[in-house]
Amino acid sequence: MTNKMITLTIDGIQVTVPEGTNIVDAAKKAGIDIPVFCYHPKMKPVGMCRMCLVEVGRPVVDRNTGEFVRNEDGSLKIQFNPKLETGCTTLVSEGMVVINTSDKVKRGRKDILEFLLTSHPLDCPICDKGGECPLQNLTMAHGPGTSRFLFDEKKHLLKHYPLGELIYLDQERCIQCGRCIRFQEELVDDPVIGFSQRGRSLQIVTFSEPGFDSIFSGNTTDICPVGALTTADFRFGARPWELNAAASICQQCAVGCNLTLNVRREAAAGGKVVIKRVMPRQNEWVNEIWICDKGRFGYHYTEAPERLTQPLIRKEGELVPVSWEEALGFVAERFRQAGKGLLTLASGRLSNEDLFNLRKLSEGLGGKIALYTQMSGGEQVMQVGLAKESNLAELGQGDAILVIASDLHQEAPIWWLRVKQAAERGATLIVAHPRPTRLEKFAKHVLRYRYGDEAGLLLAMLNSLSAKRPALPERVSTLWRDDQVQAAAKAFAEAQNAVIFFGNEGVGLQASQALAQACLNLLLATNHAGRPNNGLIPVWQRPNDQGAWELGWRPLPNLDEAISQANAIYVVACDPAGDNPTLPLTPDFLVVQDLFLTATAKLAHVVLPALPFTEREGSLVNGERRVQRYYPAVPPRPSARADFTITGQLGKLLGIDLEDRLASKVMLRIAAEVPAFSGITYTALAYAPEQWPIIGREDLYYGGTTYENKQGIGVQLPNALQQGEQVTLTWPSLAQATEINGGLLAVPVTKLYDSGSTLVHSKLLDQRRVAAVLWIHPDEAAAHAVQEGDLVHLQFGEASAMATAILDKTVPQGVILLPRSAGIPLLEPCAAQLKVVERSYER
Amino acid sequence: MFEPVLTRNIHRPNSEKIYTYLAHGGYEAVRLALKKSPEELIDMVKRSGLRGRGGAGFPAGKKWEYMPKDPRIPKIVAVNTDEGEPGTFKDRELVERDPHQVIEGVIIASYTVGARRAYVYIRGEFFLGVKRWIKAIADAYEHGFLGKNILGSGFDLEMSVHRGAGAYICGEETAMLESLEGKPGNPRLKPPYPAQVGLFGLPTLVHNIETLACIPHIILRGPEWFASIGTAESKGPKIFSVSGHVNKPGNYELPLGTTLREIIYEHAGGIRGGKKLKAVIPGGASTPVLTAEHLDVPMAFETLAAVGSQLGTGAIIVMDETTCMVEVARRLTKFFAHESCGRCVPCRLGSRRLYEILERIECGQGKPADLNLALELAQGIDGTTFCPMGSALVNPARSTIKQFREEYEYHLTYKRCLAGNTHSG
Ligand SMILES: Cc1cc2nc3c(=O)[nH]c(=O)nc-3n(C[C@H](O)[C@H](O)[C@H](O)COP(=O)(O)O)c2cc1C
Ligand code: SF4
Ligand code: SF4
Ligand code: SF4
Ligand code: FES
Repeated sequence: MTNKMITLTIDGIQVTVPEGTNIVDAAKKAGIDIPVFCYHPKMKPVGMCRMCLVEVGRPVVDRNTGEFVRNEDGSLKIQFNPKLETGCTTLVSEGMVVINTSDKVKRGRKDILEFLLTSHPLDCPICDKGGECPLQNLTMAHGPGTSRFLFDEKKHLLKHYPLGELIYLDQERCIQCGRCIRFQEELVDDPVIGFSQRGRSLQIVTFSEPGFDSIFSGNTTDICPVGALTTADFRFGARPWELNAAASICQQCAVGCNLTLNVRREAAAGGKVVIKRVMPRQNEWVNEIWICDKGRFGYHYTEAPERLTQPLIRKEGELVPVSWEEALGFVAERFRQAGKGLLTLASGRLSNEDLFNLRKLSEGLGGKIALYTQMSGGEQVMQVGLAKESNLAELGQGDAILVIASDLHQEAPIWWLRVKQAAERGATLIVAHPRPTRLEKFAKHVLRYRYGDEAGLLLAMLNSLSAKRPALPERVSTLWRDDQVQAAAKAFAEAQNAVIFFGNEGVGLQASQALAQACLNLLLATNHAGRPNNGLIPVWQRPNDQGAWELGWRPLPNLDEAISQANAIYVVACDPAGDNPTLPLTPDFLVVQDLFLTATAKLAHVVLPALPFTEREGSLVNGERRVQRYYPAVPPRPSARADFTITGQLGKLLGIDLEDRLASKVMLRIAAEVPAFSGITYTALAYAPEQWPIIGREDLYYGGTTYENKQGIGVQLPNALQQGEQVTLTWPSLAQATEINGGLLAVPVTKLYDSGSTLVHSKLLDQRRVAAVLWIHPDEAAAHAVQEGDLVHLQFGEASAMATAILDKTVPQGVILLPRSAGIPLLEPCAAQLKVVERSYER
Repeated sequence: MFEPVLTRNIHRPNSEKIYTYLAHGGYEAVRLALKKSPEELIDMVKRSGLRGRGGAGFPAGKKWEYMPKDPRIPKIVAVNTDEGEPGTFKDRELVERDPHQVIEGVIIASYTVGARRAYVYIRGEFFLGVKRWIKAIADAYEHGFLGKNILGSGFDLEMSVHRGAGAYICGEETAMLESLEGKPGNPRLKPPYPAQVGLFGLPTLVHNIETLACIPHIILRGPEWFASIGTAESKGPKIFSVSGHVNKPGNYELPLGTTLREIIYEHAGGIRGGKKLKAVIPGGASTPVLTAEHLDVPMAFETLAAVGSQLGTGAIIVMDETTCMVEVARRLTKFFAHESCGRCVPCRLGSRRLYEILERIECGQGKPADLNLALELAQGIDGTTFCPMGSALVNPARSTIKQFREEYEYHLTYKRCLAGNTHSG
């Protein structure tokens, strides 16, 4: 990247832009629209559609002196290219003169549009893109009013061609701009669609099985400049102009992608306002203009008919509906009695406001709180987390990114994309994982370690960098001498800026504490903390785990014990009994507050129905420690309430002062009490600066239908270093290797499309959902007499499960991998015994 | 009488065999060239005035000079035998009858620009040509003209053949490179030009095989000899493929600058059945049509440009008085519409619309406005496309409307041919 600036004139307006900018972008920056179809500001220009043709003149240079030749009046002598040039593929140069409004240019555009329309069905009245269609808009602005060509020569092609079960192609509408293909190739490295045939027979086809096999596929429907690509979810669902938009935040992972929820009042839903689709909302610091398909299609649980609609109290063994008054009164009374014996167990699925109120309620009664999670390390993130003022998009040449114990592609897709892009910009990517993942292709250093050695590996990296070498357990003590470890450590240490992503694949709750501490040590020792674009990013499993840590929530090292000692347990937004059927969850009084009647709720004495994120407001802290707010999109179901409201109302009954009506007011209390949040208000979170590229409703042809962000980009929290606190290196105690007693180490892994209690409601993902399977290395399988497709009984401690075996060479030896949230009750790595119960003969 | 240069061997028995070639001075130019410096060779080619025979007529010496000089950068020579331009059949003759002459040119060009790898791209339908190429390359390897340390010079060159799959556009140099890489034949954005970023991202020298066939002769007989043949701006011998309504269609090698009249009437035996000449396409289907008035125009780059046409590949298509010019335009435009790669809008869709209009007129269903519509359409395509195909594809329609407007008008008024020809195909 150069910082050289170029000045040129477009339609008489002087524009100064960085060298390397193309004419279309330069014009856009000056507020001049050059129409495009194939060009997209997030992708390389290809010059295919010819819509952006402009007249271009360049100053004449004297061959002898190398100087610009001047006219008599002193102005530069400009020579115009007799041919029009494409503004998308032509880079600006000093003194260039661009004409975007001449008759020649207008004629060129009219011709292109006329050509396109001769082959276009013009079925706008039944097209999903109608109303937000670049072809419609540009035709209105630049096109001919009528066509000089006959209509009977139009092509008749398939109008509902499924590229996969998620994305449909209307072959007649496609204008062959190639944006979708290029998005899949260039941006997300899933080249699963392409052009087949040539000339006027050119068509988009898929070559993957299942069709259009990409977790980013929905984005192509946003950038398609016509209604050729539609999602199975939205097609024929509504006309864009009937939709209202509400700003929101995706709740499916720790990235916190910004969303727009499009809603409409609908007769089919009994006159209720319902969500019609989920769209990305631009936030160049978080998700740019993309979201993954889980974020796009995974929201259906919020409207599931199975949702709890009324408070329930167990009477004579049965849960029966009661009024809120009765339920709250009953719960308050029992909580008061429990006092110090109250345990509140909540998860990072909740908003900051919910978690704050819950903690205050519990503290007011003298009870205990516990964060329900399988991963630790939030304190280290508060110390050296990604610093305020960071943007992953700024990482590139000279910087380093280390990803350890996480399969970002499956756990946090948009981070995968952004890390990949940083690597493509030149950042040194180090991927440390016991098995190959999709990110490795872009890595300069791949470090393979055994499950359990993750913290040890990082400490070994640190050891290789310094003369002082604290003792390491035997398993990892010599790792620092390994060439690859040394090379990776050196690259990391020498990087200008460095970021570490850590996850918890193969890491239990306690071990993840050590892993986070090892990350902190490495960052601190190499001076990669406390500065923008440096720091630690946790790949949490829930959208607001980080918020929970910030607000004082911690996991308990021994949850079973705490549960057995509690008199009353208040379980909010988590399902411990569902996750672990052997958990002894039998307190005197159990209250569950959730969206669904979970396994835990079925054991409860009182069940309180909460609201999903779509029906309320709140704020979350993502893994980059950005606080972001979401807005209500649809009216709440009548007798369910927001979590912070329920807790607040309990507080009222118990004489504890809590805000129960406005989330924004809860935030004021948080800001007053929690130093990192100081100054944060809902107004501050709603700050929405100008972003590049310019995206949004007025500008559909340029960036697609992604929503412009008018409702806030959020605010990043300063970490402890930035707040002037001391952070010191401490040596973590490394966990012992898990005893496996002749069995295999069972490791839970995260797959994007799980069968968890929320995602199951998105039926359209059924075909891609992971089943109860176990992945095992063929050699290991042979050693345990397991064959592909066998049904295997798994025993881990007291728990057991059945899974179908899949032989996979990428699985390390001595290990079986099991998907999370797929019906196998395994939360942490542990020893497993295998027994084949049904042989597969399907071979 | 002009002594053939490029075709001097083709009438000998077993002309394609290496022993025949060797028996008639074959590979002597390579021996000579390997003793010269690349600078000297570039200078010779520049002084010869040789221009590309693939259609565009770009000066060969200049192209060689544009190749990067840094010896650490691997470079490639790509040999264009795609020959898809309707009317053209000279390259086919060269591969089938005298492939070693071209290989010799390839070796010299590769040595000069520092390429150690040469790829031949050949039109998929040239079955015999493919066989001959493969055999000739194998024999050249056997005789030490290809492979490691060629003739003890220390220069290595590997050469192999790649067959196309039947797309005209793959003859366009950047589409050919895509196809060579195994991708669909779509032209690439220029710049960068192949000499900067070509095959597999490496600097690549692309030449038509007739251009390459000239090289050994320039080396052996000197650039001055070569430049003494031809006109001011068009030097050397040229193979003219003559087809259509002549008595003796075929390839005629003559000096550039020979007039159309001489080629048609003296060499190709005049018009079939003693009929009158009506029209002639001088350089392959994509070049604008000329009329009997232009018979004394010399076949050279500059002289044809002066009358609004192009030398192109030098493929002369002759049409007598019975030819319907609307039908000519219709058929040729159909070809181009079929061959559009589809990458850009004006060519993908415009070519199709243009064809439809011509078909309408030819079938007697044209409307009075169609003529202007066709011209406007042509203007909307010419110069706005991604690759030169756009400018090429409008030539048949535009030039026939210009030269034979009355035939179109006759069609529009009387719903039939002035020439009495019946429509087919
Ligand atoms: C549409 C199109 C088709 C072409 N087809 C051929 C071809 O079949 N053979 C060929 O040699 N050149 C063809 N060319 C020209 C090549 O792009 C290129 O200019 C040539 O191979 C360069 O070689 P030369 O300099 O020796 O002529 C074609 C160009 C265009 C635009
Ligand atoms: S489907 Fe849409 S994005 Fe893809 S090529 Fe067609 S018009 Fe372009
Ligand atoms: S990456 Fe995460 S936050 Fe973003 S859309 Fe996907 S699941 Fe939602
Ligand atoms: S003009 Fe466009 S569509 Fe036609 S062949 Fe060239 S690139 Fe392909
Ligand atoms: S050619 Fe420039 S936008 Fe398509």
